[in-house]
Amino acid sequence: MATVELTFSALPAHVRTARLVATAIARRTGVEESLLDEVRLAVGEACSRAVEAHRVHCPGEPIRIELRDDSGRFEVTVSDQAPSEEIKQEQPLDLGMLSDSFMSNFGIAVIEGLADDVEVFPSPKGTNIRMSWPAAVPV
Amino acid sequence: MDLKLDHRTEDRLTIVEVEGEIDVYTAPRLRELLIDLVNKGNFHLLVNMEKVDFLDSTGLGVLVGGLKRVRAHDGSLELVCTQERILKIFRITGLTKVFGIYASVDEAKEAHGKDK
Repeated sequence: MATVELTFSALPAHVRTARLVATAIARRTGVEESLLDEVRLAVGEACSRAVEAHRVHCPGEPIRIELRDDSGRFEVTVSDQAPSEEIKQEQPLDLGMLSDSFMSNFGIAVIEGLADDVEVFPSPKGTNIRMSWPAAVPV
Repeated sequence: MDLKLDHRTEDRLTIVEVEGEIDVYTAPRLRELLIDLVNKGNFHLLVNMEKVDFLDSTGLGVLVGGLKRVRAHDGSLELVCTQERILKIFRITGLTKVFGIYASVDEAKEAHGKDK
C-alpha cells in the first residue's frame, strides 16, 4: 500500500493544486485514462466543499487529503475539521429550490454521481469523504 | 489553466465566451461578470462553454444564480456545450432540465430568434 498525504490551508487557489496532485497519482496508480476526469472533478468537489466549510467555521485549520493505492483500488479521503450535520440527499426540481444553501450540497451530489464507491461521514468534528476507483493491479 | 472571459452583444443576445477552468477559485469572476451584465440591462445571455476545460458545482451555482437574475427580468440564460465531460455534470445534477443547452452559438441564436 502506497500512501500520499497532502495538507493545505483553506484557500480556493489550493483546490486546483489538490486536483492536479490527485489526478497525477491516480494516473501513476493505474486508474484508466477515461476515469481521470471523474477523479479530478470528484476530488475537486470534495476539496471545494471542505474549503468553503473551513472558511465559515475554522479558516486557520488545514484540510487533509490521503491518496492510497489499496488492493487494486485508488482511494482518496478528504478530511475537514468543520462541524457538519447530516447531508441531505435531494434532487433539484425547479429553479426556486436552488437556494445558495441547496447549492452547497451540489458538490456531494456530483461526487456520488462520479465515483462508484463513495462514503460521506459528517460529524460535529468534521466531515470525511472517502471515494475510490478501480486501479491496475500492481505487477 | 486560469479563466478567460469575454462578451459581445449581437442583436438582443449577449454572448459570454468562457475559456479555462470554472472552479471555487475562478467562479467569482464569472459571477461578477454575469451580475454586471444584468445590472447593465443585458437580460438575454448565452454562455459559450466550448472552451471550458473544467466545471465544478461552484460554477454550476454561478450559472444558476445568473439564470435566476435574468429570469427576474423575463430574460434567459442559455448555454453552448458539446463536451461530454461538462454535460455529464449537468446531467448528474438534473440541470439539463433547467438550462437550454445548444450545440453551437449559431444554433442558439437561431432558437433565440424564433422566441422573439
